[in-house]
Amino acid sequence: MLRTVGRHTLSIVHDLGDFTLFTGRAFRSAVGSRRLGKRIVRAGFEQGVRCLPVILIVGLFTGLVLGLQGYYVLNRFGSESLLGTLVSLSLVRELGPVLAALMLVGQAGSALAAELGIQRNTEQIAALETMGVSSHAYLVAPRLIAALLVYPMQTALFIAVGLWGGSLSGSLLLGLESGVYWSSVERAVESPDVRECFTKAATFGLLTIALCAYYGFNAHRCSSATGARAVSASTTRAVVLSSIVVLAADYVITSFLV
Amino acid sequence: MSADTNHMLLRIEGLFKRFEEHVVLDGATLDVPRGSLVSVLGRSGAGKSVLLKCLADVVRPDQGTILFDGKPLGIGDAAARAEFRRRCSFLFQSNALFDSLSALENVALPLEQTTDLSDAEIGERSLEALRQLELDAHKDRYPSELSGGMQKRLALARAIVTRPELVLFDEPTAGLDPLRRNAVFAMIAKYQRQFGFTALVVTHDLTEALIASDRVALLDKGRMCFEGTPAEFSASSEPMVCDFRDSAEALGRSLAAIRRGEALNSEDS
Repeated sequence: MLRTVGRHTLSIVHDLGDFTLFTGRAFRSAVGSRRLGKRIVRAGFEQGVRCLPVILIVGLFTGLVLGLQGYYVLNRFGSESLLGTLVSLSLVRELGPVLAALMLVGQAGSALAAELGIQRNTEQIAALETMGVSSHAYLVAPRLIAALLVYPMQTALFIAVGLWGGSLSGSLLLGLESGVYWSSVERAVESPDVRECFTKAATFGLLTIALCAYYGFNAHRCSSATGARAVSASTTRAVVLSSIVVLAADYVITSFLV
Repeated sequence: MSADTNHMLLRIEGLFKRFEEHVVLDGATLDVPRGSLVSVLGRSGAGKSVLLKCLADVVRPDQGTILFDGKPLGIGDAAARAEFRRRCSFLFQSNALFDSLSALENVALPLEQTTDLSDAEIGERSLEALRQLELDAHKDRYPSELSGGMQKRLALARAIVTRPELVLFDEPTAGLDPLRRNAVFAMIAKYQRQFGFTALVVTHDLTEALIASDRVALLDKGRMCFEGTPAEFSASSEPMVCDFRDSAEALGRSLAAIRRGEALNSEDS
């Protein structure tokens, strides 16, 4: 029993250390890497433009539901005029960064883990190393830098569409004055809220993309499977762990910033 | 520096590699003269690919010395390794082409990432490499859209575009039919002479290796049990060499014995 606990603890500490070194190496290797800008743009396109539809759709429906639920709850207390406050603070402080990150994990993160896993399996990563090209600089660093830039932008877009969804529910469907909704949004959101939102978005982006890259990159080290199954197992593990990390990091950041 | 060292581009001395309890390389030695085509023969699992991967730093050897152009490639000696990578290319058994890049982008990649050439120069040199391997008409195609032979040529184009002095070939003919095996070996020999690089080929195709190579070596159980010219290999009385060389005849004998056994069995019944 004690041995099993000890072995698992050691394994977690080892993985944590390995992951930190992997991320650090990626950032360090980016310094002086040739044509990095071009690769960041490409990674930004994959993480940003390709994920745009899902961000817009989920953002809109989140806002619609928040508007609907919020309106009925506030209506009980005759405070419908605070609908904008409820929707905006929910989206800016919590739902926006968390849901946008989860959507991006499902779309961009899983794709990244699978792509790197296949590149590892087909010796493409080994080929880079034999060419004298740092695989961390070529494959990982641009993704991490792009995540730091793209996640906050996607989150902002998610919130904007969500606010619009809330307004649709409140004013178009339930008859709340549009001006009342938007003025309460304006009054409610302050700069610390926005700062918290972007801090969360950038942190989630970095953590999730780094985790997905780590598991894809090390798919050959998967102990439970080999070949295509190792890629599948690594991708699943990357997505599940990233989702948990988003929620755990959300709690930690919120407890520090609130 | 001695004349012998000058003559040898690559020298491997006492290379040792173990994976857990399994010893793969057990003091392997090899000399690769400058400008030659050397084939390392051996059965599957003899340690050929590991030997090549130790050279390419994909696998780290446990012990031994690798001298490239007379200078040791120390384990962890980043500068010497970087210099070696700049002057050496590796052709993987699987080709290891980037499936999301076009043929031209695949060839341009090492130039883009390891040189300060302008985009125009990179484009020109990459296209030239494709042209030399008769692939320029397919420059915009993705590897999955090319035939097996074309993929092999594309991998070679990517390997030679940096104008390396040494090209390492890992089982370039594995899984190919006899006609394609001949074609791949002919291609290696042709371009090795055309571009003047030194080639180290790991293979288990005896006939092709003996025809195309300047020197051959035989690896068995992690040790080099023969090194010499193809003529010397054909004349050698070394038991391992005889076994390997006469494997086709041995197969014939085994088959004949099996058939004889079948005949006896049918008489019994």
